[in-house]
Amino acid sequence: MKSSLKLALGLASAITASTAVSNVAHAEDLTLCWAAWDPANALVELSKDFTKETGIGMKFEFVPWTNYADRFLNELNSHGKLCDLIIGDSQWIGGAAENGHYVKLNDFFDKEKISMDDFVPATVVGYSEWPKNTPNYWALPAMGDVVGWTYRKDWFSKPELQKEFKEKYGWDLGPPTTFDQLKQIAEFFQKRQIDGKTVYGASIYTERGSEGITMGAMDVLYSYGFQYENPKKPYEMEGFVNSDKSVKGLEFYKALYDCCTPPGASNSYMGEGVDAFKSGQVAMHMNFAFTWPGLQKDENVGGDKIGYFVNPKGPDGDQFAQLGGQGISVVSYSDKQESALKYIKWFANKDVQAKWWSLGGYSCLNAVVKDPKFPASQPYAQTFLDSMAIVKDFWAEPSYAPLLQASQKRFHDYVVAGQGSAKDALDGLVKDWTQVFQDDGKM
Amino acid sequence: MLNRTAENVARATPEPLARKVRGISDKGLAWLFISPTILLLLAINIFPLFWAIYLSFTNFRANRPNEVVKNLGFANYQRILADKDIWIAMQTTAHFVFWTILLQTLIGFTLAWLIDRKFRGHAFWTTLILVPMMLSPAVVGNFWRFLYEPQIGLFAYAISFVTGIPPTNIQMLSNVSLAPWSIIIVDTWMWTPYVMLICLAGLRSIPEYIYEAAEVDRASNWRQFWSITLPMALPFIMLAVLFRGIENFKMFDMVNLLTGGGPGSTTEVASITLKRQAFESWRTGYSSAFAIILFVAVFGLANIYVKALNKVKQR
Repeated sequence: MKSSLKLALGLASAITASTAVSNVAHAEDLTLCWAAWDPANALVELSKDFTKETGIGMKFEFVPWTNYADRFLNELNSHGKLCDLIIGDSQWIGGAAENGHYVKLNDFFDKEKISMDDFVPATVVGYSEWPKNTPNYWALPAMGDVVGWTYRKDWFSKPELQKEFKEKYGWDLGPPTTFDQLKQIAEFFQKRQIDGKTVYGASIYTERGSEGITMGAMDVLYSYGFQYENPKKPYEMEGFVNSDKSVKGLEFYKALYDCCTPPGASNSYMGEGVDAFKSGQVAMHMNFAFTWPGLQKDENVGGDKIGYFVNPKGPDGDQFAQLGGQGISVVSYSDKQESALKYIKWFANKDVQAKWWSLGGYSCLNAVVKDPKFPASQPYAQTFLDSMAIVKDFWAEPSYAPLLQASQKRFHDYVVAGQGSAKDALDGLVKDWTQVFQDDGKM
Repeated sequence: MLNRTAENVARATPEPLARKVRGISDKGLAWLFISPTILLLLAINIFPLFWAIYLSFTNFRANRPNEVVKNLGFANYQRILADKDIWIAMQTTAHFVFWTILLQTLIGFTLAWLIDRKFRGHAFWTTLILVPMMLSPAVVGNFWRFLYEPQIGLFAYAISFVTGIPPTNIQMLSNVSLAPWSIIIVDTWMWTPYVMLICLAGLRSIPEYIYEAAEVDRASNWRQFWSITLPMALPFIMLAVLFRGIENFKMFDMVNLLTGGGPGSTTEVASITLKRQAFESWRTGYSSAFAIILFVAVFGLANIYVKALNKVKQR
């Protein structure tokens, strides 16, 4: 009896001790917060190497894009400790820096010899710096992304369509280099019967709720000559946001929506765009580059059937693209900042970045993207590189949210609902944005 | 038996506590029992209300906790009442409330009147009619979005079958003229059974002998309906209108799921505007003022309506 009691006590102690040990191990785990999308799955895979190297476990908190900003901005604003590391959207950087949500990384970068010169310049400005174009770093560029286009190479290469297109428009059917060409192709495919199915011209961003239509319209407006402000006088927007060129750009976006999108595509963003392309509904598809690895692998539309092209040029030959992507930051409310910084150091490593690209993430490290083998590493790699060279981004001010909501409303009211003119929409936008900056005391 | 249990409980109560409890009056004991509920209500209802009133006079933004909060007086209220977009949202809300209540009351009462005939299989039909209101609004919103889909949706095909218009031209959620009606249709489909249930309760509460007396007086069915059925069921109908009115004034889930306020701002009801200002633009002070205005409007209208309802009941 006594021996069985001893045995039971021994077992109980062993179980208690092992639980304690496992709890200690869990206490060291880092939680990384990001959006729930394909690159996040790649990061889970990649991070296993970090755990192997350091013994620090990784937990992940991924939230769908539709709730991503709400969820994590709430978390940061309430000084929550859920996230030790966060891959926050590029537009958050101003607010996160000014409100003390992110740890400033300058000293850490100096100590660990991490140089921002080693990263693609646009990603450093877009994801890491606040104020912009100053050497104040709040994030390490983590996931390069940019709006570009995919097209149905198999449809474009059908001889009968090529012939008909050439007769109609006088130039060879191929990836467009100007927006006018893009619209001609979209019109050509709109409601055409291909393989017994009715297909449509293009899928573009029209989503109202978060940031969709702004990302899409801006992607076109930049190349038409839109500017956020007077380059010589910050926050002066009259004549820049609502310039004649901007008006023409917005009119073009509406014309593209009216003529050449699938029926009912009035609230379409990344997911809806991918669905439209994957289901063989559209000839061309505007979307962030992160969608390309998944589409390339798709059995129905991937492989040889898909092609990629950079955002086309505007009427004056200007060519820009909307920046996407994010940097990785250490949350200042985390109790595990030291371990989180270890992760950043590990993530900045060249080999890790190379593996990140191979798994489906978009590295921002020059050593990876400027490698001579890089352009041939994936069918979309060259398009990604070319697109990243021409990026522009939305406001990254602390007030980016009301600025974004204003553009969402103005653009959707005009482009989708057809209310007022492009000039009205952009004049209204200047008024809204002026109000936001006046409230902030910046004007 | 009950006394013995009480004695047992009293005996089992530890002496120091028993001494304290013995000194509490019945009223005190009642307060003791309801105090947790009151505290909970104060914490989750009353305190946030007063806090929102306080915030409505400030420039507070929840996403900038470190910024100095300034007192703006009535500036937020003035700005809201002078904002054209807010008035458009209020008009959109009024449009929804009016049409949904009208349709739900007409159809709901008609269904209740038919069910009250107690025809063969009426219990089965009652159960079937009640199904929509038992579903979650999230489920309803999502499947109606698919039904309305112009390329694959059954709704578009059904309309196309009847009218001959190609289904891809029936863009319920994208068309500026059709989008408000797409939400009215779904809300009516979902909540008419609720109105029907209340009306049915009203119809069943009318004593049979009144109809028998009317029969003796040779009153026609039409006369019986206008002189007995409708007046006696009216308080119930009014109650249903009150409930649906309050619910639809703050309609959010269905609009958010079906159109998200679009296309443009065509279906942006007040609650959607409020959510955008509060949780997307992070204008906490401004949105608190808007919430207070909405609260006062609903509270005021509901009070006027309840007084009218009481008058009808007293007739």
